[in-house]
Amino acid sequence: MTIPLRIGFIPLVDAAALIVAVDKGFAAAEGLDVTLVREVSWSNVRDKLNIGLFDAAHLLAPVAIASSLGLGHVKVPIAAPFNLGLNGNAITVSPPLHAAIMGEISDDPFVPMATALALARVVAKRRKRGAEPLTFGMTFPFSTHNYQLRFWMAAGGVDPDEDVRLVVLPPPYMVDSLASGHVDAFCVGAPWNSIAVDLGVGHILHFVADILVRAVEKVLAVRQDWAEKNPEVLAALVRAAFRAAEFIEQPQNRAEAARILAQPERIGVNADVVQRTLDGHLKISPDGTMRESSRYLLVGREGAARPDPVQAAWLYAQMVRWGQASISPEALRTAQAVFRPDLYDAALGREGKLADPPGAIGAFAGPAFDANDIAGHLAAFAIGRR
Amino acid sequence: MGADQPPKIVIVDESPIRAAILEEGLREAGFTGVVHISEMQSLLARIYALDPDVILIDLENPSRDVLEQMFQVSRAVRRPIAMFVDQSDAASIQASVDAGVSAYIVDGLKKERIKPILDLCISRFNAFAKLQDELDRTKSALEDRKVIDRAKGILMKLKGLTEDEAYILLRSTAMREKKKIGEIAQSILTASEMLK
Repeated sequence: MTIPLRIGFIPLVDAAALIVAVDKGFAAAEGLDVTLVREVSWSNVRDKLNIGLFDAAHLLAPVAIASSLGLGHVKVPIAAPFNLGLNGNAITVSPPLHAAIMGEISDDPFVPMATALALARVVAKRRKRGAEPLTFGMTFPFSTHNYQLRFWMAAGGVDPDEDVRLVVLPPPYMVDSLASGHVDAFCVGAPWNSIAVDLGVGHILHFVADILVRAVEKVLAVRQDWAEKNPEVLAALVRAAFRAAEFIEQPQNRAEAARILAQPERIGVNADVVQRTLDGHLKISPDGTMRESSRYLLVGREGAARPDPVQAAWLYAQMVRWGQASISPEALRTAQAVFRPDLYDAALGREGKLADPPGAIGAFAGPAFDANDIAGHLAAFAIGRR
Repeated sequence: MGADQPPKIVIVDESPIRAAILEEGLREAGFTGVVHISEMQSLLARIYALDPDVILIDLENPSRDVLEQMFQVSRAVRRPIAMFVDQSDAASIQASVDAGVSAYIVDGLKKERIKPILDLCISRFNAFAKLQDELDRTKSALEDRKVIDRAKGILMKLKGLTEDEAYILLRSTAMREKKKIGEIAQSILTASEMLK
């Protein structure tokens, strides 16, 4: 007997494990008949998951936590038994802002502290001559993009709420907004950074892996009560996603994976752009400059798929830092409980685990993250809304 | 906003027809302060300029995420959204998501003042969806008609049939293969294209 499931996703490359699980037959092999539903907004994905129109979803990790905490919306506890991706975002800036930053930089431009300090100088000069504050686009209030942009610029002394404007933009509108000058920069996932570069309207300034070595991005999310009622179906879904992630991470399968993902009803972009993202081999400037990174987007390799509650704590700490959440031990516990390595292990056993898992986070600035002392950790950062 | 004044409503919808249907319904119900925004650039700035009490947005619109920003207290957000209307009860969440619309309340409007707006919105969205569906079906029936006519032409020419005989052949084949006449006709067109 096959189990029908409806799963929502946003057309982004980090939905790869989910899409390949369905289109390459890994889900069917686990007895699942999955209908993938392409959505246009994170609000829709969240709401349809919350009210049961979706059984599972490709979801921004911070949205899963915000939903469980009841921040900004209805409180619905979410369980995340599988990371669909680590890293994968990039910061892209307009050619004029790129030139301005490069004019102020005093170190290697791939060093985030160097660009953040240069940005601070650009911001100060603009203020002095009475120019409008710079505008940065990101995808959602509770998004990794929001926190990554804020973390980066604040490290250089730019207050993201006072010195610049941060605005939410749907990913498909990012490139147009950069081209038209509505925003000066954005932080978004693949393929949008590459598309901006290909069109000659943006330079990729940073891969998020420059800012955080290991940052959870999207998770496979289900309602907690659904997870409790359907443990076997959930385990089957986790296994299917794991097999798909394994498939994608084999270099010889990348071209096929990119073709699957590029289909019009899935991500609907050029397969070549998708493959550049999976390979971590990206064109970063309209002049054709390429940059390689072994950490651009991790879909399952290096133990990426196994949820790590420390990652959830880091995201919660960002919510506290920027005034979205108040600090409490209960809230921290709730946030960490969203990430479910126990469900991942129940589905995969030993196979899914690394003997020596790499450490979480690895931010370029501030002290090493301590999930047991969030207040102390945040006290080390000068800029914040606490 | 005074207690007797109708709330100011903004409709964010890229479909001009649906927005007009909704706007008309709201006006008939006495909600006179209705403005339609169809242009998504600088959406937040436009909304701030209008300073509405209620914002209605269709769920096909990616800019829904832009509105979520209004829940935040920040420099960019001048008047935070107090409530997502659907927070009030589960049935209305279901009904509005099914209808494809979402509502945000900017000011502390009372629930009983929101309810009629949302109900009207849901029924108008459903009516529009039905209309759209009928239109789509009419269109595809027209398409089928054209394909069947061309297939009949091919059968008449190749097998020397009359028009009625060609149609009967198509219909009986469709019945035997448990397919639509349009599908059989299409396969004839495809085959004749390949055999050219």
